[in-house]
Amino acid sequence: MAKQPAAVIGIGQTHHRAKREDVSMAGLCREAMDRALADAGMTLDEIDAIVVGKAPDLFEGVMMPELFLAEALGAAGKPLLRVHTAGSVGGSTAIVASSLVQAGVHKKVLTVAYEKQSESNAMWALSVPIPFNMPVHAGAGGYFAPHVRSYIRRAGAPNHIGAIVAAKDRNNALKNPYAHLHNEGTTVESVMASQMLWDPIRYDETCPSSDGACALVIASEDVAAASPNPAWIHGTVMRSEATSGAERDQVNPQASRDAAAALWKQAGITNPIDEIDMAEIYVPFSWFEPMWLESLGFAEPGDGWRLTESGATALDGRIPVNCSGGVLSSNPIGASGMLRFGEAALQVRGLAGEHQVDGARRALGHAYGGGSQFFAMWVVGSEKPGS
Amino acid sequence: MARTLSAPVTVAFDYTRSTGPVLGRFLTGLRDGVVVGARTSSGTVVVPPPEYDPVTHEQTTDFVEVSSVGTVTSWSWVPEPVKGQPLDRPFAFALVTLDGADTPMLHAVDVDSATDMSTGMRVQVRWAADRVGAMTDIEAFVPLREDPPAAASTVGTEEATPITGVITPVSLDYVYAASPEESAFYRGLAEGRIVGQRCPACRKVYVPPRSACPSDGQPTSEEVELSHEGTVTTFCVVNVPFLGQKITPPYVSAYVLLDGADIAFLHLILDIPADEVRMGMRVKAVWKPEDEWGTTIENISHFSPTGDPDADYETYKNHL
Repeated sequence: MAKQPAAVIGIGQTHHRAKREDVSMAGLCREAMDRALADAGMTLDEIDAIVVGKAPDLFEGVMMPELFLAEALGAAGKPLLRVHTAGSVGGSTAIVASSLVQAGVHKKVLTVAYEKQSESNAMWALSVPIPFNMPVHAGAGGYFAPHVRSYIRRAGAPNHIGAIVAAKDRNNALKNPYAHLHNEGTTVESVMASQMLWDPIRYDETCPSSDGACALVIASEDVAAASPNPAWIHGTVMRSEATSGAERDQVNPQASRDAAAALWKQAGITNPIDEIDMAEIYVPFSWFEPMWLESLGFAEPGDGWRLTESGATALDGRIPVNCSGGVLSSNPIGASGMLRFGEAALQVRGLAGEHQVDGARRALGHAYGGGSQFFAMWVVGSEKPGS
Repeated sequence: MARTLSAPVTVAFDYTRSTGPVLGRFLTGLRDGVVVGARTSSGTVVVPPPEYDPVTHEQTTDFVEVSSVGTVTSWSWVPEPVKGQPLDRPFAFALVTLDGADTPMLHAVDVDSATDMSTGMRVQVRWAADRVGAMTDIEAFVPLREDPPAAASTVGTEEATPITGVITPVSLDYVYAASPEESAFYRGLAEGRIVGQRCPACRKVYVPPRSACPSDGQPTSEEVELSHEGTVTTFCVVNVPFLGQKITPPYVSAYVLLDGADIAFLHLILDIPADEVRMGMRVKAVWKPEDEWGTTIENISHFSPTGDPDADYETYKNHL
């Protein structure tokens, strides 16, 4: 049986900050949830099921936070699920929520993802020494920097491409009132002049550490009919692969390429750069923009950096990427993927405010996690699929 | 000799918690020597106050001070307390419904033996001498004495600010066990050898060996003695200091592809300025003095340039 149509009819997010000491974890989630429900014109009582996503438990030191959050999230008496796929979790959580609607199990599903990075130290949590091994691990930046170097070598990219991405995303963030970083006056030169943290990744090419949450209300066709501006789900995909294997492609992982191919097929897209109006891509380190542009099929292998350099990924470009400011401007890890999915939906609903892409009708939301191990993507559109 | 190697690991961190306004109100009350609950939309007084109303889902705002005296509604005896529990001698965990509240809260009752415990018994709070705004400000409950309980000592004006956060130290002690395949590798290192293993299906040589080849799911088996020389495939220069770091930055963390292996592993590059390290650079293992060896890859102090010409890109491009 074919999937039932489903649409995003409510989107909410917090004001992302380095420290949200004014709210508890539950309060952070509820801030996003209450905004999503208001957007959907719905109350918590009308929701059939709740799906929660959050990055590794060691990040806040709370095992199974869904247990203590259940009541505050209004989940008492309802199905409550938690999804867990490292940094991609916000995306895969939205996909699990949408699948409950597409399968005809529920009509109104609320999904929320969050991270309160200020309560812990993700760098520490990702670098706990393992006995018998060399203690050379240095957080996510330390993990990804060698693979960024590999990309630069493989593609023959000039050194300043990452800085172009960082300057673009930080300036886009100025148009997004929810973004964590509002760094006025960021330029390619200022990014290039910032401190080298994990050579070849500079300070300004790195995502911040944020507290924040994002929530979506996903509804069935009959419920969405009452919405003035639903974002219809045209395709969803998740893929995973082993973190380390002999001759594994760490720059353009098989799971990423396979996921993209399956997504475009599902959404009936043959030429992504012409048929997608904007993309929210998970770019925690600036160089991942050209890397994922290639992996997703917006550019040929080796040409992603040319697309970035040409200005095509700017807000007024051929394929605007991360108009919200992206992960480079707000990174509540567990929520970061859902923010990509939600921002894509905001765009096709025409509700992205100052960072709206004129006439956006189909958009990509993308997330990845682990050692480029988990991938989650969706395509949303202003028209019902097939219409 | 055990088939596998294991070693203790402690993962510890002092997590900070933002309480939010509701739990903050409760903890501020404890610091000030009063127990604060909240009245829900259905009229029930709940202690500690729930952050959100279970019926309306609105944030809790109707706070109620309840008594520090209450009734045990259920209990369980703890004959052998473990680290981190409320008391270091036998005690009871109990559900206590305080006078003025409609629901019980979980805490400890400090009595000498289980025979002193009974459902329905009356208890009172024993306040901690130094209160900071934490659940442990109630040291324990004790059986209600004939005379009314003493009020908690008053709070100085310097402590009048509301509680907004608490620190929650978490420490996990566990035993890390290496797989049999990895254990063979680490034992080889203790003899000054680097021993990989070949996957019986795809024939790739893994170092360290694997209990399941990522491609085929089979344990690597056939041992392959590897060269102590190899090629830097890619690397990063770590300039950033962080909590728990074992090596002082800046340092070069590099993937080294040993000659004869089909997968690179991470190690440290020294004896060359960081900005002169290159992809394709040929390196050799520098071992610590033999009397410092254990069953660890740290027996190899670092990798050092051999001085040979760099490897051709074609020889390692499939390892990026």
